[in-house]
Amino acid sequence: MSDKKPKRREFLYTATTAVGAVGAAAVVWPMVDQMNPDASVKALASTEVDVSSVKPGNTITVLWRGKPVFIRRRTQEEIEEARSVKMEELIHPEKDEDRAKNPEWLVMVGVCTHLGCVPLNDKGDYNGWFCPCHGSHYDTSGRIRKGPAPWNMEVPKYEFVNANTIKIG
Amino acid sequence: MSDHDYKPKSKVGQWFNDRLPLLTLANHLTDYPTPKNLNYWWTFGGILTFCLITQIITGLTLAMHYIAHADMAFESVEHIMRDVNYGWLIRYIHANGASMFFLAVYIHIFRSLFYGSYKSPREIIWILGIIIYLLMMAAAFMGYVLPWGQMSFWGATVITNLFSAIPLVGEGIVTWLWGGYSVDNPTLTRFFTLHYLIPFLILGLVVLHIWALHVPGNNNPVGIDIKKPSKDTVPFHPYIVIKDGFALLMFMIVFAFFVFYTPNILGHADNYIEANPMVTPAHIVPEWYLLPFYAILRSVPDKLLGVVAMLSAILILAALPWLDTSKIRSAVFRPLYKQFYWILVADVLILGYVGAMPAEGLYLLIARVATAYYFLHFLVILPVLGFKERTLPVPLSITEPILGGSPNLAAARHRESKIK
Repeated sequence: MSDKKPKRREFLYTATTAVGAVGAAAVVWPMVDQMNPDASVKALASTEVDVSSVKPGNTITVLWRGKPVFIRRRTQEEIEEARSVKMEELIHPEKDEDRAKNPEWLVMVGVCTHLGCVPLNDKGDYNGWFCPCHGSHYDTSGRIRKGPAPWNMEVPKYEFVNANTIKIG
Repeated sequence: MSDHDYKPKSKVGQWFNDRLPLLTLANHLTDYPTPKNLNYWWTFGGILTFCLITQIITGLTLAMHYIAHADMAFESVEHIMRDVNYGWLIRYIHANGASMFFLAVYIHIFRSLFYGSYKSPREIIWILGIIIYLLMMAAAFMGYVLPWGQMSFWGATVITNLFSAIPLVGEGIVTWLWGGYSVDNPTLTRFFTLHYLIPFLILGLVVLHIWALHVPGNNNPVGIDIKKPSKDTVPFHPYIVIKDGFALLMFMIVFAFFVFYTPNILGHADNYIEANPMVTPAHIVPEWYLLPFYAILRSVPDKLLGVVAMLSAILILAALPWLDTSKIRSAVFRPLYKQFYWILVADVLILGYVGAMPAEGLYLLIARVATAYYFLHFLVILPVLGFKERTLPVPLSITEPILGGSPNLAAARHRESKIK
């Protein structure tokens, strides 16, 4: 037996295993990726909402991508309360000015960042929202103040198409 | 055991058995030597097999009428309840069967904890059991989503959101699990598929569980190794078959009581309201059998750490054979462990109770203390106890303590001192 033969075998084993692994991965990926959002789900990306009937201090809830979105027309007190909070007091520091470009309107995904429940309006220790599932308290800017949720409620991409219409997404 | 030299009586039997030794297997299962002192806590293995088969048969028949679509699922369950012949019966057996399955599995697990059945050489049986238990929880959770009621929807939302606690990739994983940006039709159809699949995975694991059991044989209330076959054993058939059969009858009475007299007591009224993504029910509670872990999840004020604590509470069981350092199996001969065992039982029951209550005030405090104790039991008490505890003398055989005349002097003296 020469030295050459086993080396040739080794090369063949390694090459076969490598090609086999690549082939297996190429077959596995479509099986995994088919579970991601499909084209029809992605197509439902934006919603337009007429907010002309919302009075100060009221909130409407609309469905966007299967999730509730809160649109709140805030009162002057609520805006002042949200803007006077010091950054050090916040669990997830974000300025109210950045969350509500137009201070009167707060638009955010009404989903608790803990485990996805829908928080209740005008409840909790900070006059904002309270999640009944595991007790997270949000303030008048939708920022997490107390409880297990790690982040503020998410502000989606949105714009005012005109004075009365908001386009979310 | 006469496994290997078993020879079927008939010519046809021999011909068949030489080609596929199924008759040898049947003979092994009939003659399988079993400790003769097994008590009724040992009958739950058979009861669990019955539960699995019941769930598979009722599940198959329900699947013939159920429609896995977000717009039709709720209605199709009502259709099963009102229109399908005996649909109400089959669905109530299936729904309560899940609870009965967990009731039996918890007794089975706590039996192992008391008599040290997880210890060498039975670690693999134990770990297979933990995997079965995890799959049972997955199957039960996904099955609960299928009726597409309010608890289905929000339970699914909360549980899948647990994965969002994973740093960096969490949100991506949740979107992948959902097949969208919230729990919706794609989530329902994949849960139905997996709910259909898992029982058959469990069935396969049960075969391995029993196979692994038949290598060392059953543990027993005295917790000692016994010779097989010997005067310490009886053949599985008819002795254990009859005992298991009687216990199963008693169990079926309890089962039938729930199915026929109070079929909805273990469920939630909210689940008879169709799923609505805009409104979360005021009080989300999982099914009773998941409550202790839910209490652990909620007792930790941090999202990621809460999820980690909850998963650890289950996975820590897999490490139990190595965490328990005592060489003595049965709690009968471990006076201190016996007390800690009952404290653990109480601790888990308390966790279950506070898991059903709102997470605030005194309930939250109790949940935190009980969670801390749960981990203390496994991580500190059990390892230390194995070294510190003075155990009682263990008999040499099962028959010995009854007949006396033992060569084990220590055991004899201890018995004498008890009489005096």
